[in-house]
Amino acid sequence: MRKSLFAVAAFFAALPAFASTDVGVVKVSQGPVQIEREGRSVPATVGMAVRASDTLRTGANGSAGVTFADNSLVSVGPNTVFSIDKYRFDSTTHAGEFEGSLKKGKLAAVSGKMVKQTPESMKIRTPSSVMAVRGTEFVVSVEDAPAP
Amino acid sequence: MRLVAAAFLLAAIAGCAEAPPKPRALAPAEMVAVIPGPTGHVGAVVVRTRDGEQVLDKAYVARRVKADGSTETVAVTRESVDAIFAETVSALPGRPATFTLYFLEGKDELTPASKAELDKVFGELRRRPAPDILVIGHTDTVGNLAFNDKLSLARADRVRDMLVGMGMERQRMQSAGRGKRELLVPTDDNVAEPRNRRVEISVR
Repeated sequence: MRKSLFAVAAFFAALPAFASTDVGVVKVSQGPVQIEREGRSVPATVGMAVRASDTLRTGANGSAGVTFADNSLVSVGPNTVFSIDKYRFDSTTHAGEFEGSLKKGKLAAVSGKMVKQTPESMKIRTPSSVMAVRGTEFVVSVEDAPAP
Repeated sequence: MRLVAAAFLLAAIAGCAEAPPKPRALAPAEMVAVIPGPTGHVGAVVVRTRDGEQVLDKAYVARRVKADGSTETVAVTRESVDAIFAETVSALPGRPATFTLYFLEGKDELTPASKAELDKVFGELRRRPAPDILVIGHTDTVGNLAFNDKLSLARADRVRDMLVGMGMERQRMQSAGRGKRELLVPTDDNVAEPRNRRVEISVR
């Protein structure tokens, strides 16, 4: 218990400006876009903070864009489900890891300072693949699952 | 008796042969492609699938996974990628804009050129939806790592407070100190270099 408290304290000490668990900010939100967090779903509005373990879900005609703490940019297109599985960034050393999964739909991403410091520290998973990002801009799509 | 056993065996084999093939697990079709950035720079993504690992490092070369699980690497056209991803790419937030401020030597006061740069920061803020600011301090190489980490953060905090004093919302600002890790002018250790004593303002 003491050890884990120490680890938490050390994490915040390394990120002096990050007073909360926020890892990014919604900068673009068009049409139906929801953020799912701890079993609840709220409409994503521009300026809303994003946290590690959030899921972004868009409907038809929905799209959204998020700027993360390390300046990486991620956007999702219509009918998309994208989860942030892990996000950690040290603004002093630029060490960190970013793992997300695209369950379905479309994603565009521009890697940030973390990947510049440590190539492949950003990973995007899909049902059949893992993308390790060396830089900089890429797109990923996952079609709706075919009927068995 | 042996005949009966043989008949059973034949029946079992026939049964096996007639059993429908186990359906292959169907997965959603996927595609990943590297695209050029606004300056034409093309990066790289390592794609790992059940067929192994492949590095995509050319624009508009896509790795596909088909519904039956097979994979292929194919050239795609810019037009087809634009058509599929138009709404997605247009939802990407604006690239962060960076401004660099320098201080008069030994003072808290910005150089005249940096004061003009500060006006540009406010102009950039007005152009962006829900803007936030990251203030990043840097030092030269005089002193050890821990000392410079603290000093760079103190510089960043000072500029952040200056911006708050000019009307920027405190809660939309973060500061960071990079110490001597990111020199603008590369020098040996323990070299005083004014151009490395700077603060970057990243508007995003």
